[in-house]
Order: sequence, then structure tokens, then C-alpha cells
Amino acid sequence: MKIKDSIEGCFQLMGGDFTNAGTASSELKSILSKLGVSQEVVRRAAIAAFEAEMNVIIHAVAGTMHYVVSSEEVRITLTDMGPGIQDIELAMQEGYSTAPDWVREMGWGAGMGLPNIKKNADRFKIDSVMGEGTTLEIVIYTRKD
Amino acid sequence: MKLNDIAEIVDGHIIVNSTGGSPDIVSVCSTDLMSDVLRFATKGALLVTALNQSQVIRTAEISDIPAVLMVMGKKMEREMIELAMEKNIALMVTHLPAFTVCGMLYAGGLRSCLED
Repeated sequence: MKIKDSIEGCFQLMGGDFTNAGTASSELKSILSKLGVSQEVVRRAAIAAFEAEMNVIIHAVAGTMHYVVSSEEVRITLTDMGPGIQDIELAMQEGYSTAPDWVREMGWGAGMGLPNIKKNADRFKIDSVMGEGTTLEIVIYTRKD
Repeated sequence: MKLNDIAEIVDGHIIVNSTGGSPDIVSVCSTDLMSDVLRFATKGALLVTALNQSQVIRTAEISDIPAVLMVMGKKMEREMIELAMEKNIALMVTHLPAFTVCGMLYAGGLRSCLED
């Protein structure tokens, strides 16, 4: 990968907008591929971003997905205006979900999102304030050495 | 295994064909849970599902899944078909249920993506 300076950008996310859900992650995937990031890193970043994007669409009013790509890492930060996560430890458990039934009928809300983000990330941090929102920071290293 | 071979095995109809040649399907992921696809599906797998929504195509694209097989003859909205064309994800439909389809594909030599 040949990135001299870091490259960054931002996507706006609208809560409840299932028609466009996934477009930000799809675009990010395309950008990373064009930058020459390895296929494995592109796939992990796209999956983590998509899970996080769906969380914003499902739970929040609105949010942003900001990315920075450098020769060292891909850093994706999602900030939302949502209800916040009451118990982060509980939310990290596979199978735990607060998603409503109609979301589950669309194939989401199985309580796999946050654990799957963690699995695909090299570093992962959640900050959440009840009634204000949640910030997720996902970092994936672009080189293994 | 090529799409035409899969279509023949499951009595399927190809709705959207991949441009640039048929992808070589290496394994199968059968689920209606998109989180399971993101978690467990491996690159190059065929997604067998009864979920007829555009999110299926988005999930396939993100997970490097080249083809989706819709079971139970589920009707697909125009948006889903158009998105599949845009993202170059092959789309097939069969009247058979997932259980039968998976049995046929297993007998035809394909295995679960979890066995990759």
C-alpha cells in the first residue's frame, strides 16, 4: 500500500433509513480497495463498519462515520445521537440485543454486532452516555509487522 | 461450482447474472440472519436465504459473497434486484425450501462455509 499522508473522510448516517443502510460501509470498502489496502484488511474493516453502521440505523436518530487511512492503520469512528448503551459489558455478550422485533424480522438484531466488530478489529473502544449517544472507535492495522 | 451447475441442481432460475464470468462457488452459507453472514460466511460462499430484502445484497457485498440463492420462490422487490445488478452480485431463485436446497447442494459436493 502506498499512502504517504493519511486520507480521511466522513459519512452521514440517518437513523431508521434502512433503504440506504450499508451505503457508507460499501463506499468505505470501495475506497480502501482503491487505496491498495490488502483484501483481508478491507474485508475486516468493511464488516466492522457495516455492523456499526447498522447499529446506528437501528438504535440512533442520526450519526456519523469518520475514517482515517494511513500506512499504519484504518481507523473508523462512529458517533451517534442515540439512547446510549446502559451496560457495555452485557452488550458485548453474543446474543444480547435490545433491537425491536421488526428489526429482527429484517435479519438484524441477533446480538452479534458488537462482538463481531471486536473480532474484526485490532483495537476497539466504546464510549457511551445514556440519553446522549455512543462513540465507537475501530482500528485495524494495515501491516502485520 | 459454477452458477449454471447450481441452478440445475436446485431447479433454480438466474435473475441476475454476474458480469465478467460466473463466480466459482466454493462453499454455502444458509441463514436468514445477516449478522451470521457477517460473522461466519467466508469469501466466495453462496448465500442461501429466504430473506427477500436489499439488506441481503448489501451484506453479500460487504462479505465478499458473489451469489445469493433465494428459496421458497420468494418474490424480490425491484430495489433488491437493481442493487444486485449494481454490485455485481448474482441472484438466483428456486421454489424449493432451504432444507431441500442445502441437501441437494451437499450431495452435489458443496460444503458449509464453516468447513472451509
